[in-house]
Amino acid sequence: MLRPVTDADGAPFWEYAAQGELRVQACAGCDEFRFPPRPCCPHCQSFESEWRPVSGRGRVWSYVVAHPPLLPDYAAQAPYNVVVVELDEAPRIRLVGNLVTGAGQPLGAFPPESIRIGARVRAVFHDGLPQWVPERS
Amino acid sequence: MAAGSGGLKDATALVGIGQTPFAKRLPEDERALACRAVLAALDDAGIAPGEVDALASYTMEETDEVELAKACGFGDLTFFSKVGFGGGGSCATVAHLAAAITAGQASVGVAWRSRKRGSGPRPWTNTSVQLPTPAQWTRPYGLLRPADEIAMLTRRYLHEYGATRDHLFNVALACRNRANQNPAAIMYDRPLTREMYMTSRWISEPLCLFDNCLETDGALACVVVSAERARDCRRRPVYVHSAAQSLPAQHHGMVNYWNDDPLTGPAWSAARHLWKHSDLAPEDVDVAQIYDAFTPLVLLSLEGYGFCGRGEGGAFTEGGALEIGGLLPVNTGGGGLSEAYVHGFNLINEGVRQLRGSSTAQVPGASACLVTAGEGVPTSALLLRS
Repeated sequence: MLRPVTDADGAPFWEYAAQGELRVQACAGCDEFRFPPRPCCPHCQSFESEWRPVSGRGRVWSYVVAHPPLLPDYAAQAPYNVVVVELDEAPRIRLVGNLVTGAGQPLGAFPPESIRIGARVRAVFHDGLPQWVPERS
Repeated sequence: MAAGSGGLKDATALVGIGQTPFAKRLPEDERALACRAVLAALDDAGIAPGEVDALASYTMEETDEVELAKACGFGDLTFFSKVGFGGGGSCATVAHLAAAITAGQASVGVAWRSRKRGSGPRPWTNTSVQLPTPAQWTRPYGLLRPADEIAMLTRRYLHEYGATRDHLFNVALACRNRANQNPAAIMYDRPLTREMYMTSRWISEPLCLFDNCLETDGALACVVVSAERARDCRRRPVYVHSAAQSLPAQHHGMVNYWNDDPLTGPAWSAARHLWKHSDLAPEDVDVAQIYDAFTPLVLLSLEGYGFCGRGEGGAFTEGGALEIGGLLPVNTGGGGLSEAYVHGFNLINEGVRQLRGSSTAQVPGASACLVTAGEGVPTSALLLRS
């Protein structure tokens, strides 16, 4: 499986994720969340930022179901879903991930036909990667 | 020459086009293919290679200026540029040459594209080199290929506007029908039916096999000179009426999910510039060559370039609108979906053929043609007129 190849701006996201925490970069000047992380704030141009914890709750904004040809590790799990999740705290922060039946379960295990745009999900963590499971109401 | 906003308008013309055969596999390497296409375009224009003094290409082009100039026997080059963002740069090559010639930096410009993507490696399979920075947010999750990235936007598009797979099929069919008229097209002898489309294998749901462009070996080139010089060339000039490049605010490339409004991509801002510097409006366009790496990009572009309202791209394709005789015939050579996928350069050459009156799927009396570059990446566009 591909591991995130991080850059200086993105590294904190992955360091927090490795500890089971979902944090998003926010401007320390004007308070705006931003994603993907970057050196300065596009709203106020401040270089001061902080990594703010978020609840890990959100909604499915869109999804795909990938079929081969794919890289071998992924082909072995295909067809599998990839989702974009819009966070509750910041509707325009959208994280790409996988909807799984439980942390660390195979990507293809979640039945694609039960995925809906707008469905509520929450973050779980496996091997340093945030993943998503349906939120039980 | 008027200064300011009218500066490029009809000041230059495309006077030569050339191409190699298109195939899944060609024996020659990219450099040889590039040379063949460039020399064919110069021959078409009636211009000697020694007169070439400007080159323009776009990224992911493996043949560089030095190799091309020394192989083809060009003169001293006084202008060369390479536009970023792969398929988004196709039309910008012509725009850069037009600007350089208009500004007096050069007199004979050549733009080209050579690719062996039919038989060569695909960029998304390259896991050994540093991936582009945004890949850390997508690739680990198996969003690996351009098709996956565009499928994500497509699913949202279909959801938000109520468009259907039949609308995507209309795009694929229009391109295939035109390819069936074009002996140079890879899909020349391969008709497409709705049943074939609906039962084909998935690549990345909601995109199926026929929503994806062809992997192709081949090369193309075109020649740009001043309007004045064009009058002495072998062929009827096709004027560069308006040209645009666009990298919109807060754009994120193919994975534009982080934009406030992910479904208004670069086409929208390219269109604003293109029409602002044009005497024409969308309703004056007789035929369009719209970048079609994937069928949904055509719907997004129809909206962005103003042929219909936002969210109406799907409905616009109904009733044969994209076919010959329809509201807006598109991709009359077959496009990237059915002629050849050479990062959109075939769309430029087909635009020239339409305005010369020599297309294999000629739109009667066509005098204005829109050509667009890759949507979903920083893009470019040309408005050509005869």
